[in-house]
Amino acid sequence: MFKRIAQTAGFTGLLAALLLTLLQSFWVAPLILQAETYEKAPTVQTHEHAEGAMAAHVHNDEAWEPEDGWQRVLSTTGGNLVVAVGFALILAALYTLRTPSNIRQGALWGLAGFAVFVLAPTLGLPPELPGTAAADLTQRQIWWVGTAASTAAGLALIVFAHNWLLKVLGAAILVVPHVLGAPQPDVHSALAPEALEAQFKIASLLTNAAFWVAMGLISAWLFQRYEPRSAQPGLNPAL
Amino acid sequence: MSISTTSQTTSNVNTQSQRLTAAISAMILGACLVYFAGFSHIDAVHNAAHDTRHSSAFPCH
Repeated sequence: MFKRIAQTAGFTGLLAALLLTLLQSFWVAPLILQAETYEKAPTVQTHEHAEGAMAAHVHNDEAWEPEDGWQRVLSTTGGNLVVAVGFALILAALYTLRTPSNIRQGALWGLAGFAVFVLAPTLGLPPELPGTAAADLTQRQIWWVGTAASTAAGLALIVFAHNWLLKVLGAAILVVPHVLGAPQPDVHSALAPEALEAQFKIASLLTNAAFWVAMGLISAWLFQRYEPRSAQPGLNPAL
Repeated sequence: MSISTTSQTTSNVNTQSQRLTAAISAMILGACLVYFAGFSHIDAVHNAAHDTRHSSAFPCH
């Protein structure tokens, strides 16, 4: 059982991470690098931050950091791979409970993943370029995880529950984190120009959408391929 | 007949619970991987997966 999940997740993660890296390298990463030029400009560094707003980009000088170029691309690829395999494990685990009957359903699972892990969290915490002021990191991470969890639970109830009351409850759970609101900085400020920020938001959203649809399609296809040969009637000693 | 039915039911329950165990452990493992690359506060991990975090819209700095 676990082998089927692991095989599906491993290969799905690998292929989806390659696609993600490709899209990132040509579209998203150049925008990040461009934003970092504003961040590293000495005149901007003296810019004062309001109390409570995080200093935009604090790096510990002693910690290892990949150098720009192949090192950075390689370590980003590694990061993508770990994240993609992680998400693929969650998808494949769900497939053992509700197996998609065709690959088209895989695309729907992928879209659900996009809604849970990208769309819902970015409604409160939009994708940010380096150099953008934001609220406390841990608080934002807690809100992100809470939003993903409640979106997953809400969507599951809306789609799978038979009782309409449960469906309404699902919709309510879906909305809760947005009513509570994401943690915001006291003062919004960004070092990069607004046009670059807007471009980055679109690039990030579309890249993630492509990544998730690919994850859904590939994982459903592989999960079907790794189906055990016999449905075990011959192995059952009672028959 | 009844023995066969009972044993089949037991085996169904077994596969069901095995399936659930496998699914839950895979989900926990997956969540740990995503946490490690996307949310860990270790500086070196943050720096390595920096672009992944920004691109995936995880909270970064």
